[in-house]
Amino acid sequence: MSAYDCVTAARANDRPTSIDYITRIFGDSFFELHGDRRFADDKAVVGGIAQLNGKPVTVIGLEKGRNLKERMNRNFGSAHPEGYRKALRLMKQAEKFRRPVICFVDTAGAYCGIGAEERGQGQAIAENLMEMMTLQTPILSIFIGEGGSGGALALAVSDEIWMLENAIYSVISPEGCASILWKDSSKTAEASECLKLTSQDLFKLGVIERIIREPKDVDSKLFDSLKNLIAETLDKKMAIEPDKLVEARYNRFRKY
Amino acid sequence: MNTKDIFNFLKPKNELENQGEFAENHPYIPEELWIKCPVCKNVILSSDLMDNHKVCPKCNYHFRIAARQRIEMTVDEGTFVEMDEHMTSTNIIDFPDYTRKLKNAKINSGENESVITGTAKIGGNTTVIAVMNSQFMMGSMGTVTGEKITRAFEYATKHRLPVIIFTVSGGARMQEGILSLMQMAKTSGAVKLHSDAGLLYITVLTDPTTGGVTASFAMEGDIILSEPHALIGFAGPRVIEQTIRQKLPKDFQSAEFLLEKGFVDAVVERKDMKQTLSRLLELHSETIIEEDGETKEGEEK
Repeated sequence: MSAYDCVTAARANDRPTSIDYITRIFGDSFFELHGDRRFADDKAVVGGIAQLNGKPVTVIGLEKGRNLKERMNRNFGSAHPEGYRKALRLMKQAEKFRRPVICFVDTAGAYCGIGAEERGQGQAIAENLMEMMTLQTPILSIFIGEGGSGGALALAVSDEIWMLENAIYSVISPEGCASILWKDSSKTAEASECLKLTSQDLFKLGVIERIIREPKDVDSKLFDSLKNLIAETLDKKMAIEPDKLVEARYNRFRKY
Repeated sequence: MNTKDIFNFLKPKNELENQGEFAENHPYIPEELWIKCPVCKNVILSSDLMDNHKVCPKCNYHFRIAARQRIEMTVDEGTFVEMDEHMTSTNIIDFPDYTRKLKNAKINSGENESVITGTAKIGGNTTVIAVMNSQFMMGSMGTVTGEKITRAFEYATKHRLPVIIFTVSGGARMQEGILSLMQMAKTSGAVKLHSDAGLLYITVLTDPTTGGVTASFAMEGDIILSEPHALIGFAGPRVIEQTIRQKLPKDFQSAEFLLEKGFVDAVVERKDMKQTLSRLLELHSETIIEEDGETKEGEEK
Protein backbone atom coordinates (compact mmCIF):
# COMPACT_ATOMS: atom_id res chain seq x y z
CA MET A 1 0.00 0.00 0.00
CA SER A 2 1.37 3.43 -0.91
CA ALA A 3 1.31 6.34 1.53
CA TYR A 4 -1.48 7.88 -0.50
CA ASP A 5 -3.52 4.67 -0.30
CA CYS A 6 -3.23 4.97 3.47
CA VAL A 7 -4.42 8.58 3.32
CA THR A 8 -7.45 7.46 1.31
CA ALA A 9 -8.16 4.53 3.62
CA ALA A 10 -7.74 6.67 6.75
CA ARG A 11 -10.35 9.11 5.42
CA ALA A 12 -12.80 6.54 4.03
CA ASN A 13 -16.40 7.27 4.96
CA ASP A 14 -17.12 3.66 5.90
CA ARG A 15 -14.25 3.52 8.37
CA PRO A 16 -15.32 3.00 12.02
CA THR A 17 -15.35 6.28 13.96
CA SER A 18 -14.64 6.93 17.64
CA ILE A 19 -18.26 6.21 18.56
CA ASP A 20 -17.98 2.78 16.93
CA TYR A 21 -14.90 1.99 18.99
CA ILE A 22 -16.50 3.29 22.17
CA THR A 23 -19.70 1.31 21.58
CA ARG A 24 -17.94 -1.91 20.63
CA ILE A 25 -15.31 -1.80 23.36
CA PHE A 26 -17.19 -0.32 26.30
CA GLY A 27 -20.80 -1.19 25.39
CA ASP A 28 -23.52 0.12 27.65
CA SER A 29 -21.06 1.06 30.36
CA PHE A 30 -20.22 4.32 28.55
CA PHE A 31 -21.83 7.36 30.13
CA GLU A 32 -21.39 10.48 28.05
CA LEU A 33 -20.43 13.79 29.67
CA HIS A 34 -20.94 17.08 27.87
CA GLY A 35 -19.50 20.57 27.77
CA ASP A 36 -16.35 22.46 28.64
CA ARG A 37 -18.04 24.47 31.46
CA ARG A 38 -16.85 27.65 29.77
CA PHE A 39 -18.54 28.11 26.46
CA ALA A 40 -20.32 25.16 24.89
CA ASP A 41 -20.45 21.46 24.16
CA ASP A 42 -18.34 20.71 21.09
CA LYS A 43 -19.84 17.73 19.30
CA ALA A 44 -16.60 17.01 17.46
CA VAL A 45 -15.36 15.64 20.79
CA VAL A 46 -17.18 12.79 22.50
CA GLY A 47 -16.23 12.01 26.06
CA GLY A 48 -17.35 10.24 29.18
CA ILE A 49 -16.79 7.52 31.75
CA ALA A 50 -16.95 3.81 31.04
CA GLN A 51 -15.91 0.49 32.45
CA LEU A 52 -13.24 -1.75 31.10
CA ASN A 53 -13.29 -5.23 32.63
CA GLY A 54 -15.11 -3.72 35.59
CA LYS A 55 -12.65 -0.87 36.12
CA PRO A 56 -13.57 2.78 35.51
CA VAL A 57 -11.87 4.62 32.65
CA THR A 58 -12.27 8.03 31.00
CA VAL A 59 -12.82 7.82 27.26
CA ILE A 60 -12.44 10.74 24.85
CA GLY A 61 -12.77 10.62 21.09
CA LEU A 62 -12.60 12.99 18.15
CA GLU A 63 -15.75 12.07 16.26
CA LYS A 64 -16.23 12.66 12.54
CA GLY A 65 -19.78 11.27 12.34
CA ARG A 66 -21.00 8.20 10.50
CA ASN A 67 -23.32 9.70 7.92
CA LEU A 68 -23.70 13.11 6.33
CA LYS A 69 -26.14 14.39 8.93
CA GLU A 70 -23.90 13.30 11.78
CA ARG A 71 -20.83 14.65 10.05
CA MET A 72 -22.37 18.08 9.69
CA ASN A 73 -23.47 17.98 13.30
CA ARG A 74 -19.98 17.04 14.45
CA ASN A 75 -18.19 19.50 12.16
CA PHE A 76 -16.52 16.55 10.41
CA GLY A 77 -14.44 15.85 13.50
CA SER A 78 -12.69 19.23 13.53
CA ALA A 79 -12.90 20.56 17.05
CA HIS A 80 -13.16 24.16 18.22
CA PRO A 81 -11.30 25.37 21.33
CA GLU A 82 -14.24 24.27 23.50
CA GLY A 83 -13.71 20.72 22.27
CA TYR A 84 -10.12 20.67 23.49
CA ARG A 85 -11.17 22.33 26.73
CA LYS A 86 -13.87 19.69 27.23
CA ALA A 87 -11.25 16.98 26.65
CA LEU A 88 -8.93 18.60 29.18
CA ARG A 89 -11.74 18.92 31.70
CA LEU A 90 -12.42 15.20 31.42
CA MET A 91 -8.72 14.38 31.72
CA LYS A 92 -8.42 16.48 34.88
CA GLN A 93 -11.46 14.66 36.20
CA ALA A 94 -9.80 11.33 35.42
CA GLU A 95 -6.68 12.48 37.28
CA LYS A 96 -8.77 13.44 40.29
CA PHE A 97 -10.41 10.03 40.47
CA ARG A 98 -7.24 8.25 39.40
CA ARG A 99 -8.68 6.45 36.42
CA PRO A 100 -6.81 6.09 33.12
CA VAL A 101 -7.63 8.07 29.98
CA ILE A 102 -8.14 6.54 26.55
CA CYS A 103 -8.23 8.91 23.56
CA PHE A 104 -9.44 7.93 20.11
CA VAL A 105 -7.98 10.28 17.53
CA ASP A 106 -9.63 10.87 14.16
CA THR A 107 -9.55 14.39 12.79
CA ALA A 108 -8.43 16.29 9.73
CA GLY A 109 -7.23 18.93 12.19
CA ALA A 110 -8.39 21.59 14.60
CA TYR A 111 -11.02 23.78 12.96
CA CYS A 112 -9.84 26.88 11.12
CA GLY A 113 -12.55 29.52 11.41
CA ILE A 114 -13.47 32.86 12.90
CA GLY A 115 -15.03 31.52 16.11
CA ALA A 116 -12.16 29.09 16.66
CA GLU A 117 -9.63 31.92 16.44
CA GLU A 118 -11.69 34.29 18.58
CA ARG A 119 -11.93 31.70 21.33
CA GLY A 120 -8.23 30.84 21.25
CA GLN A 121 -7.68 27.68 19.23
CA GLY A 122 -3.93 27.98 19.70
CA GLN A 123 -4.21 28.63 23.42
CA ALA A 124 -6.60 25.70 23.92
CA ILE A 125 -4.26 23.25 22.19
CA ALA A 126 -1.21 24.67 23.96
CA GLU A 127 -2.87 24.24 27.34
CA ASN A 128 -3.69 20.60 26.60
CA LEU A 129 -0.08 19.88 25.64
CA MET A 130 1.17 21.41 28.87
CA GLU A 131 -1.38 19.83 31.16
CA MET A 132 -1.29 16.38 29.59
CA MET A 133 2.47 16.23 30.01
CA THR A 134 2.14 16.09 33.79
CA LEU A 135 -1.30 14.50 34.19
CA GLN A 136 -0.95 12.11 37.12
CA THR A 137 -2.78 9.24 35.50
CA PRO A 138 -2.08 7.03 32.48
CA ILE A 139 -3.04 8.28 29.01
CA LEU A 140 -3.29 6.02 25.98
CA SER A 141 -4.01 7.49 22.53
CA ILE A 142 -5.19 5.39 19.62
CA PHE A 143 -5.16 6.87 16.12
CA ILE A 144 -8.06 5.21 14.32
CA GLY A 145 -8.19 7.30 11.13
CA GLU A 146 -6.74 10.72 10.45
CA GLY A 147 -4.29 12.37 12.81
CA GLY A 148 -4.26 15.96 11.63
CA SER A 149 -1.45 18.03 13.16
CA GLY A 150 -1.96 20.06 16.35
CA GLY A 151 -5.63 19.11 16.46
CA ALA A 152 -4.60 15.47 16.90
CA LEU A 153 -1.60 16.16 19.14
CA ALA A 154 -3.92 17.93 21.60
CA LEU A 155 -5.24 14.44 22.48
CA ALA A 156 -1.94 12.63 22.09
CA VAL A 157 0.59 13.76 24.68
CA SER A 158 0.33 10.25 26.04
CA ASP A 159 2.24 7.40 27.65
CA GLU A 160 1.70 5.29 24.54
CA ILE A 161 0.42 6.04 21.07
CA TRP A 162 -1.02 3.26 18.95
CA MET A 163 -2.11 3.49 15.35
CA LEU A 164 -4.44 1.43 13.26
CA GLU A 165 -2.49 0.00 10.35
CA ASN A 166 -4.06 2.38 7.83
CA ALA A 167 -4.34 5.43 10.05
CA ILE A 168 -2.17 8.47 9.36
CA TYR A 169 -0.53 11.13 11.53
CA SER A 170 0.96 14.22 9.96
CA VAL A 171 2.15 17.75 10.68
CA ILE A 172 0.20 19.03 7.67
CA SER A 173 -2.35 17.56 5.26
CA PRO A 174 -0.77 16.18 2.07
CA GLU A 175 -2.88 18.71 0.14
CA GLY A 176 -1.58 21.60 2.22
CA CYS A 177 1.98 20.36 1.86
CA ALA A 178 1.66 19.99 -1.93
CA SER A 179 0.15 23.42 -2.32
CA ILE A 180 2.94 25.09 -0.33
CA LEU A 181 5.74 23.03 -1.83
CA TRP A 182 4.73 22.76 -5.47
CA LYS A 183 1.91 25.33 -5.59
CA ASP A 184 -0.18 22.38 -6.76
CA SER A 185 -2.60 20.69 -4.39
CA SER A 186 -3.14 17.83 -6.80
CA LYS A 187 0.32 16.41 -6.05
CA THR A 188 -1.12 14.82 -2.94
CA ALA A 189 0.36 11.40 -3.59
CA GLU A 190 3.94 12.73 -3.75
CA ALA A 191 3.41 14.86 -0.66
CA SER A 192 2.00 11.84 1.22
CA GLU A 193 5.23 9.96 0.58
CA CYS A 194 7.44 12.87 1.65
CA LEU A 195 5.66 13.50 4.93
CA LYS A 196 6.28 9.99 6.36
CA LEU A 197 2.75 9.82 7.73
CA THR A 198 1.93 6.08 7.65
CA SER A 199 1.89 3.86 10.72
CA GLN A 200 4.96 2.01 9.39
CA ASP A 201 6.92 5.25 8.92
CA LEU A 202 5.93 6.57 12.32
CA PHE A 203 6.83 3.31 14.02
CA LYS A 204 10.27 3.49 12.42
CA LEU A 205 10.65 7.10 13.58
CA GLY A 206 9.78 6.01 17.12
CA VAL A 207 6.70 8.21 17.30
CA ILE A 208 4.27 5.37 18.06
CA GLU A 209 4.52 2.24 20.20
CA ARG A 210 2.22 -0.13 18.39
CA ILE A 211 0.54 -0.78 15.06
CA ILE A 212 -2.91 -2.40 15.25
CA ARG A 213 -3.46 -4.72 12.31
CA GLU A 214 -6.69 -4.14 10.44
CA PRO A 215 -8.45 -7.36 9.48
CA LYS A 216 -10.24 -7.31 6.10
CA ASP A 217 -13.54 -7.64 7.88
CA VAL A 218 -13.17 -4.96 10.52
CA ASP A 219 -16.01 -6.31 12.62
CA SER A 220 -14.48 -9.71 13.10
CA LYS A 221 -11.84 -9.51 15.79
CA LEU A 222 -10.52 -6.00 15.87
CA PHE A 223 -12.57 -4.65 18.75
CA ASP A 224 -12.21 -7.70 21.00
CA SER A 225 -8.47 -7.91 20.62
CA LEU A 226 -8.10 -4.16 20.99
CA LYS A 227 -10.16 -4.25 24.16
CA ASN A 228 -7.90 -6.89 25.68
CA LEU A 229 -4.80 -5.03 24.62
CA ILE A 230 -6.04 -1.75 26.14
CA ALA A 231 -7.01 -3.45 29.41
CA GLU A 232 -3.68 -5.22 29.68
CA THR A 233 -1.68 -2.06 28.95
CA LEU A 234 -3.64 0.16 31.31
CA ASP A 235 -3.31 -2.40 34.14
CA LYS A 236 0.46 -2.17 33.74
CA LYS A 237 0.45 1.63 33.57
CA MET A 238 -1.85 1.93 36.60
CA ALA A 239 0.68 -0.07 38.62
CA ILE A 240 3.34 2.61 38.04
CA GLU A 241 3.71 5.45 40.57
CA PRO A 242 2.22 8.65 39.07
CA ASP A 243 5.55 10.51 39.42
CA LYS A 244 7.40 7.81 37.55
CA LEU A 245 4.70 7.70 34.91
CA VAL A 246 4.95 11.47 34.31
CA GLU A 247 8.74 11.30 34.21
CA ALA A 248 8.57 8.58 31.58
CA ARG A 249 6.06 10.59 29.57
CA TYR A 250 8.30 13.65 29.67
CA ASN A 251 11.26 11.57 28.50
CA ARG A 252 9.15 9.97 25.80
CA PHE A 253 8.66 13.39 24.17
CA ARG A 254 12.02 14.81 25.27
CA LYS A 255 13.85 12.45 22.92
CA TYR A 256 12.48 13.98 19.69
CA MET B 1 20.33 55.13 -10.04
CA ASN B 2 16.91 54.64 -11.50
CA THR B 3 14.22 55.47 -8.94
CA LYS B 4 12.56 52.16 -9.66
CA ASP B 5 15.66 50.30 -8.55
CA ILE B 6 15.58 51.85 -5.11
CA PHE B 7 12.83 49.49 -4.09
CA ASN B 8 14.26 46.32 -5.52
CA PHE B 9 15.51 45.29 -2.13
CA LEU B 10 11.95 45.12 -0.89
CA LYS B 11 11.54 41.66 -2.29
CA PRO B 12 14.76 39.71 -2.01
CA LYS B 13 14.22 36.56 -4.02
CA ASN B 14 15.61 34.00 -1.61
CA GLU B 15 13.66 35.30 1.32
CA LEU B 16 10.31 35.26 -0.40
CA GLU B 17 10.82 31.70 -1.41
CA ASN B 18 11.28 30.66 2.17
CA GLN B 19 8.48 32.45 3.84
CA GLY B 20 5.25 31.64 2.07
CA GLU B 21 2.13 33.34 3.24
CA PHE B 22 3.63 35.87 5.62
CA ALA B 23 6.40 37.24 3.46
CA GLU B 24 4.49 39.70 1.33
CA ASN B 25 4.98 43.38 1.89
CA HIS B 26 6.96 42.97 5.06
CA PRO B 27 10.49 44.01 4.18
CA TYR B 28 13.36 43.73 6.58
CA ILE B 29 15.44 46.79 7.21
CA PRO B 30 18.08 46.88 4.54
CA GLU B 31 21.16 49.02 4.53
CA GLU B 32 19.77 51.38 1.87
CA LEU B 33 19.03 55.02 2.41
CA TRP B 34 15.30 55.04 1.97
CA ILE B 35 12.56 52.58 2.72
CA LYS B 36 8.88 52.55 1.96
CA CYS B 37 6.56 51.68 4.83
CA PRO B 38 4.38 48.74 3.69
CA VAL B 39 1.41 50.04 5.69
CA CYS B 40 1.24 53.83 5.19
CA LYS B 41 3.38 53.76 1.99
CA ASN B 42 5.39 56.76 3.13
CA VAL B 43 9.03 56.78 2.12
CA ILE B 44 11.15 57.08 5.22
CA LEU B 45 14.80 57.93 5.61
CA SER B 46 16.47 54.73 6.73
CA SER B 47 18.40 56.46 9.50
CA ASP B 48 15.16 57.93 10.91
CA LEU B 49 13.76 54.44 11.05
CA MET B 50 16.81 53.12 12.85
CA ASP B 51 16.61 55.93 15.40
CA ASN B 52 12.98 55.05 16.01
CA HIS B 53 13.55 51.37 17.00
CA LYS B 54 12.64 50.40 13.44
CA VAL B 55 9.11 51.64 13.86
CA CYS B 56 7.56 53.80 11.14
CA PRO B 57 7.54 57.39 12.50
CA LYS B 58 4.47 58.14 10.37
CA CYS B 59 2.12 55.25 11.18
CA ASN B 60 3.75 53.29 14.02
CA TYR B 61 4.17 50.15 11.90
CA HIS B 62 6.67 47.88 13.64
CA PHE B 63 9.05 46.58 10.98
CA ARG B 64 10.19 43.01 11.35
CA ILE B 65 13.66 42.86 12.75
CA ALA B 66 16.31 40.19 12.92
CA ALA B 67 16.79 38.29 16.15
CA ARG B 68 20.27 39.74 16.82
CA GLN B 69 18.95 43.29 16.54
CA ARG B 70 16.11 42.39 18.85
CA ILE B 71 18.50 41.08 21.46
CA GLU B 72 20.66 44.15 21.09
CA MET B 73 17.77 46.51 21.71
CA THR B 74 16.30 44.46 24.57
CA VAL B 75 19.11 43.34 26.86
CA ASP B 76 21.70 45.27 28.87
CA GLU B 77 24.73 45.92 26.73
CA GLY B 78 27.30 43.17 26.71
CA THR B 79 25.30 40.79 28.94
CA PHE B 80 24.04 38.32 26.34
CA VAL B 81 25.71 34.91 26.49
CA GLU B 82 24.52 32.61 23.76
CA MET B 83 23.70 28.93 24.31
CA ASP B 84 23.85 26.12 21.76
CA GLU B 85 24.82 28.52 18.99
CA HIS B 86 26.29 25.81 16.79
CA MET B 87 23.23 23.55 16.73
CA THR B 88 21.77 23.30 13.27
CA SER B 89 19.17 21.19 11.44
CA THR B 90 19.77 18.34 9.04
CA ASN B 91 17.38 16.80 6.56
CA ILE B 92 16.16 14.13 8.97
CA ILE B 93 13.32 12.65 6.93
CA ASP B 94 15.01 13.23 3.58
CA PHE B 95 12.46 15.80 2.50
CA PRO B 96 12.77 17.11 -1.07
CA ASP B 97 14.68 20.38 -1.41
CA TYR B 98 15.01 20.85 2.36
CA THR B 99 18.81 20.72 2.33
CA ARG B 100 18.94 23.57 -0.17
CA LYS B 101 16.33 25.59 1.75
CA LEU B 102 18.29 25.21 4.96
CA LYS B 103 21.41 26.40 3.23
CA ASN B 104 19.60 29.45 1.84
CA ALA B 105 18.07 30.20 5.21
CA LYS B 106 21.52 30.21 6.78
CA ILE B 107 22.84 32.54 4.10
CA ASN B 108 19.83 34.88 4.32
CA SER B 109 19.80 35.12 8.09
CA GLY B 110 23.44 34.61 8.94
CA GLU B 111 22.19 32.24 11.66
CA ASN B 112 22.26 28.48 12.21
CA GLU B 113 18.61 28.10 13.25
CA SER B 114 15.29 29.90 13.56
CA VAL B 115 15.88 30.71 17.22
CA ILE B 116 18.72 32.22 19.24
CA THR B 117 18.85 31.31 22.93
CA GLY B 118 20.98 32.46 25.82
CA THR B 119 21.14 34.31 29.09
CA ALA B 120 21.22 38.05 29.56
CA LYS B 121 20.37 40.84 31.94
CA ILE B 122 17.49 43.21 31.40
CA GLY B 123 17.56 46.21 33.70
CA GLY B 124 19.98 44.24 35.81
CA ASN B 125 17.69 41.22 36.11
CA THR B 126 19.19 37.93 34.93
CA THR B 127 16.97 35.97 32.57
CA VAL B 128 17.02 33.25 29.98
CA ILE B 129 16.00 34.70 26.64
CA ALA B 130 15.04 33.12 23.33
CA VAL B 131 14.41 35.15 20.21
CA MET B 132 13.00 33.63 17.06
CA ASN B 133 14.13 34.79 13.64
CA SER B 134 11.71 35.30 10.78
CA GLN B 135 14.61 35.45 8.34
CA PHE B 136 15.27 31.77 8.94
CA MET B 137 12.52 29.86 7.08
CA MET B 138 9.90 32.23 8.50
CA GLY B 139 10.79 31.18 12.04
CA SER B 140 9.44 27.71 11.44
CA MET B 141 9.92 25.22 14.27
CA GLY B 142 12.09 22.25 13.44
CA THR B 143 13.66 19.76 15.83
CA VAL B 144 16.65 22.01 16.55
CA THR B 145 14.38 25.00 17.23
CA GLY B 146 12.41 22.86 19.66
CA GLU B 147 15.57 21.44 21.21
CA LYS B 148 17.14 24.85 21.78
CA ILE B 149 13.97 26.17 23.39
CA THR B 150 13.62 23.04 25.53
CA ARG B 151 17.24 23.32 26.68
CA ALA B 152 16.72 26.99 27.46
CA PHE B 153 13.77 26.09 29.72
CA GLU B 154 15.62 23.21 31.36
CA TYR B 155 18.56 25.52 32.06
CA ALA B 156 16.20 28.13 33.50
CA THR B 157 14.47 25.55 35.69
CA LYS B 158 17.81 24.25 36.98
CA HIS B 159 19.17 27.71 37.72
CA ARG B 160 15.83 29.15 38.85
CA LEU B 161 15.71 31.84 36.20
CA PRO B 162 12.79 33.42 34.34
CA VAL B 163 12.37 32.87 30.60
CA ILE B 164 11.47 35.48 28.00
CA ILE B 165 10.67 34.38 24.45
CA PHE B 166 10.12 36.67 21.48
CA THR B 167 8.09 34.59 19.04
CA VAL B 168 7.84 34.96 15.30
CA SER B 169 6.89 31.90 13.33
CA GLY B 170 4.86 30.51 10.49
CA GLY B 171 4.44 27.33 12.57
CA ALA B 172 5.85 23.82 12.57
CA ARG B 173 8.47 23.08 9.90
CA MET B 174 6.72 20.86 7.38
CA GLN B 175 10.04 19.61 6.00
CA GLU B 176 10.72 17.71 9.22
CA GLY B 177 7.33 15.96 9.15
CA ILE B 178 5.92 14.57 12.36
CA LEU B 179 9.14 15.29 14.25
CA SER B 180 8.43 19.02 13.97
CA LEU B 181 4.97 18.42 15.46
CA MET B 182 6.61 16.58 18.35
CA GLN B 183 8.49 19.79 19.21
CA MET B 184 5.18 21.30 20.29
CA ALA B 185 4.80 18.59 22.93
CA LYS B 186 8.48 18.66 23.90
CA THR B 187 8.65 22.43 24.42
CA SER B 188 5.29 22.47 26.23
CA GLY B 189 6.60 19.82 28.61
CA ALA B 190 9.65 21.93 29.39
CA VAL B 191 7.45 25.00 29.93
CA LYS B 192 5.28 22.99 32.33
CA LEU B 193 8.20 21.84 34.48
CA HIS B 194 9.53 25.42 34.58
CA SER B 195 6.07 26.67 35.53
CA ASP B 196 5.60 23.97 38.20
CA ALA B 197 8.89 25.13 39.73
CA GLY B 198 7.20 28.50 40.33
CA LEU B 199 9.23 30.39 37.76
CA LEU B 200 8.19 33.24 35.49
CA TYR B 201 7.74 32.86 31.75
CA ILE B 202 6.95 35.89 29.57
CA THR B 203 6.17 35.59 25.89
CA VAL B 204 6.35 38.52 23.51
CA LEU B 205 4.41 37.80 20.35
CA THR B 206 5.73 39.57 17.28
CA ASP B 207 4.55 39.65 13.69
CA PRO B 208 3.62 36.98 12.68
CA THR B 209 3.11 34.24 15.29
CA THR B 210 1.00 31.38 13.98
CA GLY B 211 0.48 27.63 13.75
CA GLY B 212 2.37 25.20 15.93
CA VAL B 213 4.20 27.93 17.81
CA THR B 214 0.94 29.67 18.74
CA ALA B 215 -0.47 26.27 19.70
CA SER B 216 2.43 25.58 22.04
CA PHE B 217 4.95 27.75 23.90
CA ALA B 218 3.78 31.14 22.52
CA MET B 219 0.46 30.86 24.35
CA GLU B 220 1.86 29.26 27.51
CA GLY B 221 3.41 32.31 29.13
CA ASP B 222 2.38 33.51 32.59
CA ILE B 223 2.34 36.91 30.94
CA ILE B 224 1.74 37.32 27.22
CA LEU B 225 2.78 40.60 25.60
CA SER B 226 2.58 41.56 21.97
CA GLU B 227 3.96 44.20 19.66
CA PRO B 228 1.32 46.47 18.08
CA HIS B 229 -0.50 45.14 15.01
CA ALA B 230 1.29 41.78 15.08
CA LEU B 231 -0.59 38.99 13.32
CA ILE B 232 -1.28 36.25 15.86
CA GLY B 233 -3.34 33.17 15.21
CA PHE B 234 -3.52 29.41 15.00
CA ALA B 235 -4.48 29.19 11.34
CA GLY B 236 -3.11 31.72 8.88
CA PRO B 237 -5.64 34.17 7.42
CA ARG B 238 -5.46 32.64 3.95
CA VAL B 239 -6.21 29.16 5.29
CA ILE B 240 -9.21 30.47 7.21
CA GLU B 241 -10.53 32.34 4.18
CA GLN B 242 -10.22 29.18 2.12
CA THR B 243 -12.04 27.15 4.78
CA ILE B 244 -14.93 29.51 5.40
CA ARG B 245 -15.02 30.94 1.86
CA GLN B 246 -15.40 34.52 2.97
CA LYS B 247 -13.15 37.52 3.57
CA LEU B 248 -11.93 38.07 7.10
CA PRO B 249 -12.70 41.34 8.85
CA LYS B 250 -9.89 43.89 8.95
CA ASP B 251 -7.59 43.55 11.97
CA PHE B 252 -8.85 40.02 12.64
CA GLN B 253 -6.01 38.16 14.44
CA SER B 254 -4.17 41.39 15.22
CA ALA B 255 -2.53 41.85 18.62
CA GLU B 256 -5.26 44.36 19.49
CA PHE B 257 -7.94 41.84 18.52
CA LEU B 258 -6.37 39.22 20.80
CA LEU B 259 -6.16 41.75 23.61
CA GLU B 260 -9.88 42.36 23.28
CA LYS B 261 -10.65 38.63 23.18
CA GLY B 262 -8.59 38.05 26.31
CA PHE B 263 -5.60 36.17 24.93
CA VAL B 264 -2.92 38.85 25.35
CA ASP B 265 -2.11 40.70 28.57
CA ALA B 266 -0.80 43.89 27.01
CA VAL B 267 0.20 45.37 23.68
CA VAL B 268 3.56 47.04 24.21
CA GLU B 269 5.35 49.34 21.79
CA ARG B 270 8.88 48.45 20.87
CA LYS B 271 10.31 51.57 22.46
CA ASP B 272 8.76 50.55 25.80
CA MET B 273 9.56 46.84 25.60
CA LYS B 274 12.83 46.76 27.49
CA GLN B 275 11.51 48.84 30.34
CA THR B 276 8.30 46.78 30.52
CA LEU B 277 10.23 43.51 30.66
CA SER B 278 12.61 44.92 33.23
CA ARG B 279 9.69 45.98 35.40
CA LEU B 280 7.97 42.61 35.15
CA LEU B 281 11.20 40.76 35.95
CA GLU B 282 11.71 43.04 38.93
CA LEU B 283 8.21 42.25 40.21
CA HIS B 284 8.99 38.53 40.08
CA SER B 285 12.56 38.53 41.33
CA GLU B 286 12.53 35.85 43.95
CA THR B 287 14.17 35.19 47.25
CA ILE B 288 16.98 32.85 46.32
CA ILE B 289 18.13 30.22 48.74
CA GLU B 290 21.89 30.13 48.51
CA GLU B 291 23.76 26.87 48.71
CA ASP B 292 24.99 27.67 52.21
CA GLY B 293 21.37 28.01 53.34
CA GLU B 294 21.42 31.81 53.64
CA THR B 295 18.83 33.76 51.74
CA LYS B 296 19.19 36.92 49.78
CA GLU B 297 16.68 39.16 48.13
CA GLY B 298 16.39 39.30 44.36
CA GLU B 299 18.92 38.67 41.69
CA GLU B 300 22.43 39.95 41.90
CA LYS B 301 22.64 43.38 40.41
